[in-house]
Amino acid sequence: MSSATDTQPLVSLTGLSKTFDLSPPLLNRLIERKGRRTLRAVDALNIDIPRGKTFSLVGESGCGKSTVAKLVVGLHGATSGSITFDGTDLTRLAAADRGAFRKRIQMIFQDPYASLNPRWRVRDIIAEPLRSFGITSSKQEERAEVGRLLEMVGLSARDGEKFPHEFSGGQRQRISIARAISSKPEFLVCDEPTSALDVSVQSQVLNLMRDLQDELGLTYLFISHDLAVVDFMSDYVGVMYLGRLVEAGPAEQIFAAPEHPYTRLLMDTVPDISLGRRDRAPAIGEVPNPITPPPGCSFNPRCPLATQRCREQSPALAARSSGTVVACHAVTGEPAAGSRPGAGGAAGTGTGTVAQRQPERGVA
Amino acid sequence: MALEASPQSRLTAFLKSDLFYRFRTSYVTVAASAVTVFILLAALLAPWIAPHDPFDVSTLSLWDSELPPVWAEGGDPRFLLGTDNQGRDVLSAILYGSRISLAVGFVSVALAMVIGIVVGLVSGYFGGAVDAFFMRIADVMLSFPTILVALLVSGIVRGALPREMHDSAALIVLVFAITVTTWVQYARTVRSSTMVERSREYVYAAQLVGRKPFAILFSHILPNVMGPVLVIATINLAMAILIEATLSFLGVGMPPTNPSLGTLIRVGNEYLFSGVWWVVIFPSLTLVALVLAVNLLGDWLRDALNPKLR
Repeated sequence: MSSATDTQPLVSLTGLSKTFDLSPPLLNRLIERKGRRTLRAVDALNIDIPRGKTFSLVGESGCGKSTVAKLVVGLHGATSGSITFDGTDLTRLAAADRGAFRKRIQMIFQDPYASLNPRWRVRDIIAEPLRSFGITSSKQEERAEVGRLLEMVGLSARDGEKFPHEFSGGQRQRISIARAISSKPEFLVCDEPTSALDVSVQSQVLNLMRDLQDELGLTYLFISHDLAVVDFMSDYVGVMYLGRLVEAGPAEQIFAAPEHPYTRLLMDTVPDISLGRRDRAPAIGEVPNPITPPPGCSFNPRCPLATQRCREQSPALAARSSGTVVACHAVTGEPAAGSRPGAGGAAGTGTGTVAQRQPERGVA
Repeated sequence: MALEASPQSRLTAFLKSDLFYRFRTSYVTVAASAVTVFILLAALLAPWIAPHDPFDVSTLSLWDSELPPVWAEGGDPRFLLGTDNQGRDVLSAILYGSRISLAVGFVSVALAMVIGIVVGLVSGYFGGAVDAFFMRIADVMLSFPTILVALLVSGIVRGALPREMHDSAALIVLVFAITVTTWVQYARTVRSSTMVERSREYVYAAQLVGRKPFAILFSHILPNVMGPVLVIATINLAMAILIEATLSFLGVGMPPTNPSLGTLIRVGNEYLFSGVWWVVIFPSLTLVALVLAVNLLGDWLRDALNPKLR
């Protein structure tokens, strides 16, 4: 079991869910007798992120990672559950009270070509949060601050005069980072910040993000599908599949001894991470349609270990002796099925990243 | 916005720009803009360059009526393009007429653009019931031929106004009729571009720092949807001039006492078969040249601003 937390996590998501209504318009439903259709993008997610640490969410496209990012920063409203930031539940805040938290929670976006307004000069892009939050009081102060931010992310203060199209993808992502840290936030949500970049540029941007974390004491929610990147950045990792967390825990533990068959499938697809000798359990197929998820464990159609129970009953997250949590009948069902010798050594490092989960509700 | 570029460097930057290069290398476009600028200048400077004042009845003389152009037999050097049945100088009438045609065109395009942009931005950004409301109105407008709506509008306004006000209100009625029928195009274009832009990440970034929807609409989205709007505006300028001419030709536009190009064509049309061809041909040629030139400019602008054709 993970040790008791001595400090409160900066961010904690409790039972966070988001359902999108994809129903056809009322008239079509009445005339064509079509039913309502909903997509459960995020399903009862429980995550704790300690101050100054990086929590990474990984998973394939369409598993709800980016929806989590948008929920946390408030671009989407949660269907149920809570997002607690420094003791305050953001989902119950009135829009007017959210202002103070906007300053403290910022976001780095995936596409550096879409995240900077092509018609704005870089200095105006970076100064927008400063102006909106009223951080700088004069034009001179604003210019000095923009210059300082640009230099902080490895660009020159004179680059502020240019337009975004004059920069490369990596430089644009640096501008995006400068904008995100301009309001001196404590918490940054990074939605695949390097997936649009060349590999050589990726490492520069990641190093910059780690340096800034040390320098400014930032807490990251890092979203990625690239396990090499996640390995480099993370203190804690959560693996998502079809909107649910299937495995989570300290990064070194997850990478050293992945237990959930889906996590192992992900690890198997990465050729250049050495994970030691493992029996490769071949898993095939693609992510099912999230509108009509399979009954039972949503991974069962692809799982090499699937049994009859997996097709009927959805597994709940269960704490492992190694400090991680796993939602899998095959791993947690039989005693010691998935635990590995030596894995317990990591238990002390876990600071209660993943809250104990309430019993699962059935899948619709 | 400190550090403004000096006008000098702005000019050199423009002269070096891609847009100017594309302009310079397209001879048709250069010719079209020359024609447009020529007609614009002539119309603007009409009170100074026109040889006669067609509205000053005291200078008219019936002795001068129906004189042919100078180069024809019986032409009078005082009247370069001849005179009409009242003895009015056709050249001067064209200069003053294109003033009215261009004024109607520019004002109605500007009004339609402002209305269309605001409606399009709001519909595209907020979606839902707001969008449905405005777009149903737009559908209704689009289901009628433009000229029919314009006739209807001017008919209703004329019916509502006392007779003696018809002539003085003619200009406003025309502008109103054309605006009402053309704003839909801007609204539709801006709406669809806005729907694309609103889900781009720079808009999310602005939302995250707490910018209000209207601030985002006008400072972030508007500059990014202006390209297609300018193209439509140019092409619609030609169309507005044509609608004005059509309405005036049909007799619901400008009165003969204050003629636009369309009115001149209508009035001159009646003399065509009596051999007095110059009264109708010269205003028509001016209208054709103006509309063609503006249309060519619009086509060029559309291609120049379309990144897919680069």
